[in-house]
Amino acid sequence: MSEQQLIQSDIALSAEEIQQIDAELAHMPQKSGAAIDALKIVQRQRGWISDESLMAIARYLDMSPEALEGVATFYNLIYRQPVGNKVVLFCDSVSCWICGCDGVKQKISEKLGVDYGETTADNQYTLIPVPCLGACDKAPVMMVGDDLHTNLNNEKIDQIFSGQVSTTASTTESTAESTTTSEEEGS
Amino acid sequence: MNNSLIENSTTENPLIEKVLTRNIGPDLKPTDMTAYEANGGYRALHKVMSGMSSEDCLEVIKASNLRGRGGAGFPTGMKWSFVPMGDKCSPGHKYLVCNADEMEPGTFKDRLLMECDPHQLIEGMILAAYTIEADRSYIFIRGEYVVAIERLEQALADCYKKGYLGENILGSGYDLEMHVHTSAGRYICGEETALINALEGKRANPRAKPPFPQVSGLWGRPTIVNNVETLCNISHIIDKGPEWFQSLGLGEDAGTKLYGASGHVKTPGCWELPIGTPVREILEKHAGGMADGRKLKGFLPGGGSTDFLVEEHLDLPMDYGSIGAAGSRMGTGTMIILDNQTCPIGMVLNLIRFFAHESCGFCTPCREGLPWTRQVLEDIEAGHGRKEDLDTLLRQVKYIGAIGNTHCALAPGAMEPLQSALKYFQSDFEAHVEQGCCPYSRPLENQRGEST
Repeated sequence: MSEQQLIQSDIALSAEEIQQIDAELAHMPQKSGAAIDALKIVQRQRGWISDESLMAIARYLDMSPEALEGVATFYNLIYRQPVGNKVVLFCDSVSCWICGCDGVKQKISEKLGVDYGETTADNQYTLIPVPCLGACDKAPVMMVGDDLHTNLNNEKIDQIFSGQVSTTASTTESTAESTTTSEEEGS
Repeated sequence: MNNSLIENSTTENPLIEKVLTRNIGPDLKPTDMTAYEANGGYRALHKVMSGMSSEDCLEVIKASNLRGRGGAGFPTGMKWSFVPMGDKCSPGHKYLVCNADEMEPGTFKDRLLMECDPHQLIEGMILAAYTIEADRSYIFIRGEYVVAIERLEQALADCYKKGYLGENILGSGYDLEMHVHTSAGRYICGEETALINALEGKRANPRAKPPFPQVSGLWGRPTIVNNVETLCNISHIIDKGPEWFQSLGLGEDAGTKLYGASGHVKTPGCWELPIGTPVREILEKHAGGMADGRKLKGFLPGGGSTDFLVEEHLDLPMDYGSIGAAGSRMGTGTMIILDNQTCPIGMVLNLIRFFAHESCGFCTPCREGLPWTRQVLEDIEAGHGRKEDLDTLLRQVKYIGAIGNTHCALAPGAMEPLQSALKYFQSDFEAHVEQGCCPYSRPLENQRGEST
């Protein structure tokens, strides 16, 4: 997509987004200082940062899209691809590794049918590894959305994702669709 | 939501004076403004605002011998003394930044302080900012600390309401703004100049030093960056004096320290103890010793970028000097325990993977060197290692680990567990190569024992 096309398909920032970005700008000596805050604000509203969102933020902050892209792709918690309703931040750092997080990760992958960087067929969860979550005395740990889950084992994974219809790695289009349907019915 | 961090603590010893955790009970309930003030909170702020000068405050902190609790152990008073003051400073803002980007693998102390006693941090920050004549301050906190962020925001709002923040604090004529900045995540943000770049909305590449942030930091203005635990000590030192603070330590260092232990110990946890408490006491008394059926093989004293120590070091006091003299660093003071059933090469590989991933990519030895080290370790762990690989690792430690070969301390830090593993666990490396497999190889399952 050319820059011109991107600008045309630009999704304008909402009044709410602009209000929140302006609050950050109030204590910044220059607009680009609010780059990370603006990305987080827009991501909170839209779930992720599309090219169109990136363009809109860049223009609002008087930054080049390239400079903002450099910032957006640097940080772990800015998503430049769509993610599920909840992001699963799975800690694979040293204390969790010692306490068996590899096995827990395998269990999650089996339960959700996804590997790192993938989103479940029903768009509920995206699985991402995260640096040490600072709860090492309760390892292994992970976050699901805003919630921290500790002392993980296979049973806990079953409980946490109990609403999730089990899918296998060889999920086909048709079963993916039926999973979505059953989730929607359940919610 | 389960945030319990100290529920496994052993019975409290009434002889140990709790300072930083005095408001933190076993239920881990957060301390609000009323409860904080009822237990002496903001007494130091009133004391300072009703008559202490910034020079007075600096002298007290210098005399206390407080050293930075973020890992490097730099004397806090000396750090602050580099900030140009009064007429010697060009007109404009000065900044105080709290480094709450706790992300050092195996470290879980600042979360506790912020979730359970946010006002203690804020009071320390106001006093620190006053001492360096800063008019703006930021709490740079990792985005994953959702609960801490919420509680700090609430505590800040309460402070503005009470006149502890904002204009003319308690009628003193001193103005201070404070904001919470939630990071978008990257380990390198914990490096103070990288953190400053992140606060400016940029990629978090570390900056060249000099100029040092104390002179030219955030937006080119004098800036002090201090760790959460460091700042939490300030109000107590101002309130009770430097002699009291010095008397808390068991050895040459002053104060208390949040120590921790994770891995296969009976009761992993985080405990406030006098600084200089022997490693053995932390491990055996507070962490309950090794989990059933496991023996100690080694430990990282203070996070993933510190050198391994082993059984012969158990009677050392956990302080900057003693751990440093033994060839490691006290770092964050939260120990990661390696047991005899866990592969040391696997553990080092996990750490190197982390550091290789978290390299900011700015300088070549780190960006290219760490993935190379990771590859060599992956080969050895998978049983494809060759004898000469061990020489390669030694060379990598020498060149990547040398201070001055890289732009910042990330890569040298990454080499610390590797170089000490090569020293203490050489036979394990050799066994992997000779046997063509990992002798510790275990089925992929949750290894957590039922001891906790």
